[in-house]
Amino acid sequence: MATPNIPLWEVFIRSRNGLAHKHVGSLHATDATLALQAARDIYTRRGEGLSIWVVPSSAITASDPSEKGMMFEPAESKIYRHPTFYDVPDEVGHM
Amino acid sequence: MSVASIEVSETPLVLYTLRRADDALILGHRLSEWCGHAPMLEEDMALANMGLDLLGQARELYGYAAKVEGRGNDEDKFAYLRDVRQYRNLLLVEQPNGDFAQTMVRQFFYAMFADLYWRGMVRSSDTTLAAIAARSEKESAYHVRHSSEWVVRLGDGTEESHRRAQNAIDGLWAYTGEMFAIDDSERGLIDRGIVIDPTALRPPWLKTITTVVSEATLALPSDDWMQKGGRDGRHSEHLGHLLSELQSMQRSFPGATW
Repeated sequence: MATPNIPLWEVFIRSRNGLAHKHVGSLHATDATLALQAARDIYTRRGEGLSIWVVPSSAITASDPSEKGMMFEPAESKIYRHPTFYDVPDEVGHM
Repeated sequence: MSVASIEVSETPLVLYTLRRADDALILGHRLSEWCGHAPMLEEDMALANMGLDLLGQARELYGYAAKVEGRGNDEDKFAYLRDVRQYRNLLLVEQPNGDFAQTMVRQFFYAMFADLYWRGMVRSSDTTLAAIAARSEKESAYHVRHSSEWVVRLGDGTEESHRRAQNAIDGLWAYTGEMFAIDDSERGLIDRGIVIDPTALRPPWLKTITTVVSEATLALPSDDWMQKGGRDGRHSEHLGHLLSELQSMQRSFPGATW
């Protein structure tokens, strides 16, 4: 089934057990109202969620995969940013 | 090879429950016919979802009718082993899917009614019907939202979608009167507070329909002549074809299970 010229939307669902809205997939719809309905029909049929966000895919600014060296590799060599370089006194117990 | 149709003792409550069960089954079946054929994948899922809501309502109502009748019939026998003349659904719900506008307008007319109807039936003195109503009301509320959003977009969309939506309204309008009609067998149930009087639902139904239709830049026909007969088993030519498909397995292989 072709869906020519129908905008794409990204769907985020907050599940029953709380936490944050999580990206679950995308769909086509002509406007926000219908996108929300379609998200309900496609992504919450098995009781997956209690809240839905739909966002136009065009509104998302994504990082460029070709820049992943510049973007992410510098963080890999900075292990001191992880909180693993101090001793926790025994009296503190389990953290 | 075929199997004979069942007999049903249509006491007022059995008949009443079967009529509503048949509405849900037949409209649900119509929606299921879209499976794999809808204009887009998203809508294919939405139509099937609504069809399943209606099938669920039909099952509960058939189950209750079987219990009240107490003659050994069950949901499957009611669905698969009644002849077209024994079906009691509204003529509206058996009308063919036609184009997408026709399906949506049919859904819009029925869902708007069903939503008011189930909301009223929550107060039924019959606890089973009240429980079915409480569940069905949430489903029909969504069907209202879905179909009215589409009616607005079709009517206020392109010249082509407007024309198709208006054709659908004009073609289906005469089948809407039957939703609000009552007969003697139902009057007794209404008087005893078991079921609500549907005639009281027409003004609020018409008010909401009018609002949505005008937002859609469409118009309701001025002609108020209404078709009827479904509640008594006098159907349009379409129901027989629908049933021949719906019942073909049980008619060809009686009692088959898998």
